[in-house]
Amino acid sequence: MSELIILQNGRVIDPMNQTDAIADIWVEDGRIAAPQTTAPEGACRYDLAGRWVLPGLIDIHVHLREPGQEYKETIATGTMAAAAGGFTAVACMPNTRPVNDNAAVTRYILDKAADCVARVYPVGALSRDSQGLELAEYGEMKEAGVVALTDDGMPVADSQLMRRAMEYASSHGMPVISHSEELSLSRNGSMNEGAVSTRLGLRGIPTAAESIMVYREIALAELTGARVHIAHVSCEASLALIRLAKQRGVKITAETAPHYFALTDAAVDGYNTHAKMNPPLRSEADRLAIRAALADGTLDAIATDHAPHSVLEKDVEFNYAANGIVGLETSLPLALSLVHDGIITAGRMVDLMSCAPARILGVPGGRLAPGDPADITVVDPDRPFVFAAGESRSKGRNTPFDGWQFRGKAVLTIMNGRVTFNDL
Amino acid sequence: MEQLSVRDIHHVIAAARSFREISARSIKKVPTLRGKTIVNLFFEPSTRTRTSFEIAAKRMSADTFNIAASTSSATKGETLIDTARNIEAMNPDIIIIRHSCSGAPQLLARHIGASIINAGDGAHEHPSQGLLDIMTILDHKQDLAGLKIAIIGDIAHSRVAVSDILGFTKLGATVCVAGPATFIPAAVDQLGARVCGSVDEAIEDADVVMALRIQKERQNDPLIPSLREYSICYGINRRRLAKAKPDVLVMHPGPINRGVELSPDVADGPSSVILQQVNNGVAVRMALLYLVMGGEKSGDAQGDI
Ligand SMILES: [Zn+2]
Ligand SMILES: [Zn+2]
Repeated sequence: MSELIILQNGRVIDPMNQTDAIADIWVEDGRIAAPQTTAPEGACRYDLAGRWVLPGLIDIHVHLREPGQEYKETIATGTMAAAAGGFTAVACMPNTRPVNDNAAVTRYILDKAADCVARVYPVGALSRDSQGLELAEYGEMKEAGVVALTDDGMPVADSQLMRRAMEYASSHGMPVISHSEELSLSRNGSMNEGAVSTRLGLRGIPTAAESIMVYREIALAELTGARVHIAHVSCEASLALIRLAKQRGVKITAETAPHYFALTDAAVDGYNTHAKMNPPLRSEADRLAIRAALADGTLDAIATDHAPHSVLEKDVEFNYAANGIVGLETSLPLALSLVHDGIITAGRMVDLMSCAPARILGVPGGRLAPGDPADITVVDPDRPFVFAAGESRSKGRNTPFDGWQFRGKAVLTIMNGRVTFNDL
Repeated sequence: MEQLSVRDIHHVIAAARSFREISARSIKKVPTLRGKTIVNLFFEPSTRTRTSFEIAAKRMSADTFNIAASTSSATKGETLIDTARNIEAMNPDIIIIRHSCSGAPQLLARHIGASIINAGDGAHEHPSQGLLDIMTILDHKQDLAGLKIAIIGDIAHSRVAVSDILGFTKLGATVCVAGPATFIPAAVDQLGARVCGSVDEAIEDADVVMALRIQKERQNDPLIPSLREYSICYGINRRRLAKAKPDVLVMHPGPINRGVELSPDVADGPSSVILQQVNNGVAVRMALLYLVMGGEKSGDAQGDI
């Protein structure tokens, strides 16, 4: 009899098993076990009355920066931030140095991740060196552990290459993740095009730069029958296209990031480089549309696009500042605000942050059934929480949410039966 | 201009009027800023604005240094902050900055103790130009309230346009903008301007017509097919100007592309106050230097304008 953890009296929210009830969860040998009538001596018990017990949260869009930019983040620090944010698994984008476009880099990442506090699912590059010219070797990368393919941050301009990538990825049973951006429209832009960009004298990026490419991916998904996942949807125009495509039965899924439902381009005021990301923060109408789409199922998942940068990349002229913000430790508190605001139910939040992410990437998780690996997130939905960027586990301090007051956070994270974060 | 109240604006212009008198004297120098160090930090070539600030500083007996920095270096952001730190060693009282990036003066202000004057940042603002434009109009009109002011040309890429629209509307003028749609920025009506469908509509009964300088192409972005066509469709000539009020003022922040934004007879015609704008530029800049240096202890602690 080895280590036994008993999570008692929590509200277990497990949409895949149609469960939302006060119950005990037993964890034994790294797996979820069926509760017995009597517990052996020496079991580790947590009384979770008033807390929610969820299948481990999965963030399918993070930048861990290793190899190559360890001064921004490492796999170790990024996964620590993940655990602190309630995540038991993350999918890391391939725009490392070198780019994760071959099995050797994939193996390097998984090797580094082996003793980290969250599972790491590498996403491979869609094209060699993400140059948008030739396909990368999907078969070998999959063998090494890659779960999906993307040239995130280096939008694929060539539609034929995107078509072939979808076809070839489907042969290997993997989805293509699209960072949808028409570069000729976004070129030299640094924020959303609108009243704020005009007032600040910053070149704007219209929402059409995103929606045009979302439509291309839909058309190509229809043409090829392949599975495509749209990353970080930021605007209403894209949502309308995705909604219609889903109605037609196109195999398309989509994520948004918390900042798109929490903030608008007004956050850029004062040339705040911590509000600069790509796609940019949009209008209030877009923000409200994102919230509605999280509720109605047009959006499948919440993913952070966690993008740590050092002060060197952010404390500069707005035009020159790097895109992206960290998000792992604020994602769940921001999602909980949607629950508190009555936009989504707790069950829907679990679907958006655990079940759907597992489904999209075809990885384990997203439910709490006996025999499953014990990846569990315990949430205190009412715990007051002030996020202090300076105390983040991530190396990145680039967040617009520094000092924000939240209601609710992760208080216990268990990955593979092991406690990876405890703030009970 | 966004930060200035109506009172601030009138305050600057009143001071500028008193300094303008100095420029008319035979000895054009006062000791007001003796011993003060003023740095002209220009990351973008602009002889006119730099010279104007330099003359203003010299007339007030300040020590001035011109630093022409480059933004083309690979480490762009570091350049501004590093340069700022180096300049701080000179212990300047005022830094006048011109930069191609919107928001650069704010970034500088976060890193440096000296007072900062924005001499134009990206397509954001050019407050001293906005103030001298207001001063020039007030030389001829009692009040801006109730005036119709037409701004014609490249609104989208013009820092002058933003400062003018904000300043003119603060003082109660109606600002009408016109030009090809490639030159009209998104949601400019939310700045307070009215977008007109044609130049003629904007000019009709206008009290002031301001033409902005045209550049054919910016950052690989085709905006107009040719300067020739622009002058035909949007240039201000005597025929178009006839629709304005008889006492209309014609203005231009310079430098003019003669025959493009303005036909030569309009640029040099009786309605033109373009040379007065240049003249008032020095006076407004003297006023700004004086006020920033504590000519009156008002405004924010940094004295950023
Ligand atoms: Zn992306
Ligand atoms: Zn990304």
